[in-house]
Amino acid sequence: MTRLVPANLDELRDAVAVALAAEEPVEIVGGGSKRGLGRPLQTPHLLDLSRLAGIREYEPSELVLTAGGATPLAEIERALAEHGQMLAFEPPDWRGLLGGEGKATLGGVLACNLAGPRRIKAGAARDHFLGFRGVSGRGEAFKAGGKVVKNVTGYDLCKLMAGSYGTLAALEEVTVKVLPRPESVATVLFSGVGPAAAVRLMNAALGSPHEVSGAAYLPAGSGAVPPRAVALRVEGPTPSVAFRRDALAREYAVVAPAEFLAGAESAALWRAVGDASPLAGLGEQAVWRISVAPARGAELAEAIARQLDTVWFLDWGGGLLWVAVPEADDGGAAAIRNAIRGAEGRDTGHGTLVKASPALRRAVEVFEPQPPGLAALSRRVKEAFDPRHILNPGRMAEGL
Amino acid sequence: MEMPLPDAGVLARREEIAAALRRIVPGEGVIVSEPERRAYESDGLTAYRQSPLVVVLPSTTDEVAAILRYCKAEGIKVVPRGAGTSLSGGALPLADGVLLGLGKFNRILDIDYDNRCVVAQPGVTNLGISQSVEAAGFYYAPDPSSQIACTIGGNVAENSGGVHCLKYGLTTNNILGLELVLTDGEVIRLGGKHLDSGGYDLAGVMTGSEGLLGVVTEVTVRILKKPPTARALLIGFSTTEDAGNCVAAVIGAGIIPGGMEMMDRPAIHAAEAFVQAGYPLDVEALLIVELDGPAAEVDHLIGKVEALARDNRAQSIRISRDEGERLAFWAGRKAAFPAVGRISPDYYCMDGTIPRARLSEVLAAIGELSKRHGLAVANVFHAGDGNLHPLILYDANKPGEIERAEAFGSDILRLCVEVGGVLTGEHGVGVEKRDLMGVMFDEIDLAQQQRLKCAFDPDGLLNPGKVFPQLHRCAELGRLHVHAGRLPHPDLPRF
Repeated sequence: MTRLVPANLDELRDAVAVALAAEEPVEIVGGGSKRGLGRPLQTPHLLDLSRLAGIREYEPSELVLTAGGATPLAEIERALAEHGQMLAFEPPDWRGLLGGEGKATLGGVLACNLAGPRRIKAGAARDHFLGFRGVSGRGEAFKAGGKVVKNVTGYDLCKLMAGSYGTLAALEEVTVKVLPRPESVATVLFSGVGPAAAVRLMNAALGSPHEVSGAAYLPAGSGAVPPRAVALRVEGPTPSVAFRRDALAREYAVVAPAEFLAGAESAALWRAVGDASPLAGLGEQAVWRISVAPARGAELAEAIARQLDTVWFLDWGGGLLWVAVPEADDGGAAAIRNAIRGAEGRDTGHGTLVKASPALRRAVEVFEPQPPGLAALSRRVKEAFDPRHILNPGRMAEGL
Repeated sequence: MEMPLPDAGVLARREEIAAALRRIVPGEGVIVSEPERRAYESDGLTAYRQSPLVVVLPSTTDEVAAILRYCKAEGIKVVPRGAGTSLSGGALPLADGVLLGLGKFNRILDIDYDNRCVVAQPGVTNLGISQSVEAAGFYYAPDPSSQIACTIGGNVAENSGGVHCLKYGLTTNNILGLELVLTDGEVIRLGGKHLDSGGYDLAGVMTGSEGLLGVVTEVTVRILKKPPTARALLIGFSTTEDAGNCVAAVIGAGIIPGGMEMMDRPAIHAAEAFVQAGYPLDVEALLIVELDGPAAEVDHLIGKVEALARDNRAQSIRISRDEGERLAFWAGRKAAFPAVGRISPDYYCMDGTIPRARLSEVLAAIGELSKRHGLAVANVFHAGDGNLHPLILYDANKPGEIERAEAFGSDILRLCVEVGGVLTGEHGVGVEKRDLMGVMFDEIDLAQQQRLKCAFDPDGLLNPGKVFPQLHRCAELGRLHVHAGRLPHPDLPRF
């Protein structure tokens, strides 16, 4: 296997052009922390972007940061913290879950469109992705978006890059929106709550004016969190956080008495939720991440648990079900996808097989299968950027 | 500004095409007579006018699909239209194109408080969505100033913003699902009531695609609970530089206000003369900062912003004491466009975004351009996100003024790009800024965008003549030039 290590945009373009001319696909790698995500690739070349790193422009008062695509996330977060800012979509670290090594990069987290518990309030990586420069599978350097927070000039190709898993272009430089870090954070815990009541509680809290920025349900507990606990997070100016924390505790006291977490304990809880720590280290288990209408979270978890041996928890107010099942057979794919479609086959949702052996990720669809019309459109979009299937071919699905 | 040359063959077939469309949409849904078609000749950018070939007003997704299939089979262009409030000519008709109006798609299909979303047809107005959930204390956050008239389908096409988008996001950040129809009649459903959909984010690409990729027939939006309290500060400054510094200081202090708007002297005077909002007339810049949230938060932040304003040499500060006063602060800003319309026969609204730190410099340069072009200008500014709306005053009845206004506008937008900004923050490219796309993007960038269009609309029949300065055939765009095995950089590290 050849490893191509471009150091700038021209070299990146040439590296893709070489692969294109030879019709030999490349696997794109930033820090390599998420290589276990998606369908396994076997390509003749590795396109290593690690030298396309470093913060290039950062103006805290403009809320904008531009960096090389493979800039380590840790470096970005350190620079932002120095100015009291953050990536508001709370990028998770799935190395513990996937057993991955290497450093997560900004380009990688954008390309996979990952987001943590704050997704419900602040959006996902896609919502903070303002502009980029990259090389398409045509071997052409191009750019889209801009370096300001508000822009509608041309198609929003940032959205397309977010979640495309490197199948459309290699990102040389990215620009993201950054936001102030909250002055205070508090977590309100209600423990001993059953799944259905937990989802009702989270829906009520998310429909309240208290600007809840995290809503998770942990059947087995985690760290300082007791079992069967609903955790609600509020963030912002200190007087506001105190008010909203107390209001949540008071308004939902009938469900269960509230406890509070602050500081490191609160931060550790939300890190664990985002990183899916409750499902890490379970051994040979397949782990699914299922995005559904929030009100269906508990019902879906229980429907799957009736058919499979599961360990699960909920994030995003019930809208994100994390579930570990045995690797056996199809890793629960058929049962889970039937459950997502619901009894009448009309419900929607998206199940991703996040963690599984390469053999299982080759055997079942890693991302939710699409209806034929949408699948055909997605394939035409792929070929608009990468007509010869040079970049991460098949990473998301056959033909993408 | 020139549109693609109409196809004489299609123009001659008007009656036949109308008859075919009547077979799909019976009754009054097809408009052929010249005076009735003229009602659709322009959108919010009234400088450009063109009667469409024929107007069709379907009311079901099946009808939209049948219309698009027919038009594709016959090679007829289609221009989709919501309420026609675009400020960039996005819905400008084509002489040889069918105007596809979505006004009959005016129903709210589902209100789901548990999942905090509303499913609406594209012709429902932006405000209509908020009103449908108002009784339960919810609202839909993006609030373009045309919200009473503009439709959610149009908002998706343009990725509309509004004064609250710094804190609550643009349309794209508030959309959960879409149903759309491609030119071949294929109905595609994207997303739903869940947050992440996986696969390529085609809903993200549809949002802001200005009607060039598909026709939206259903939209699922996120709704939010209304903040319990909102209060505003009205702060006057003797220089725009002080006002700009104050904005930077507020954001630097970690505060993201619900709204943060700036007006320059001509805009303040025009607004005050129009609505008597009580604005100070002896200042060069006026800032409205609105904080929303629980009372504990709003009171705390009002105090902080007030202190920052003093630190930045505010000349006057007023803080709203009640809802009436808060609305009065906003009345002038919200009426800024019609207020300018009162002092000038015509005005031309621009929409660039700049890095905020360059504001004073850009305003000074706009002042110079105003002298050079001999036309007055008033500036309103979404200060939080750097989105500048210079309003160029002109009189269309005076020979040459409209051309001067266009040239002035182009110079302003070039200036925005030069200082690191972009051509349009929320109004879209449309026909208005189409020929300036080359200022921001090179040919490769634009060709790549057009290849995306080819994936949706290979015949280029949907809203042609908008966004892209040059039309290319998809076959030509798809051609690949491979330099077989040649290594331009033989020194590229390989291991």
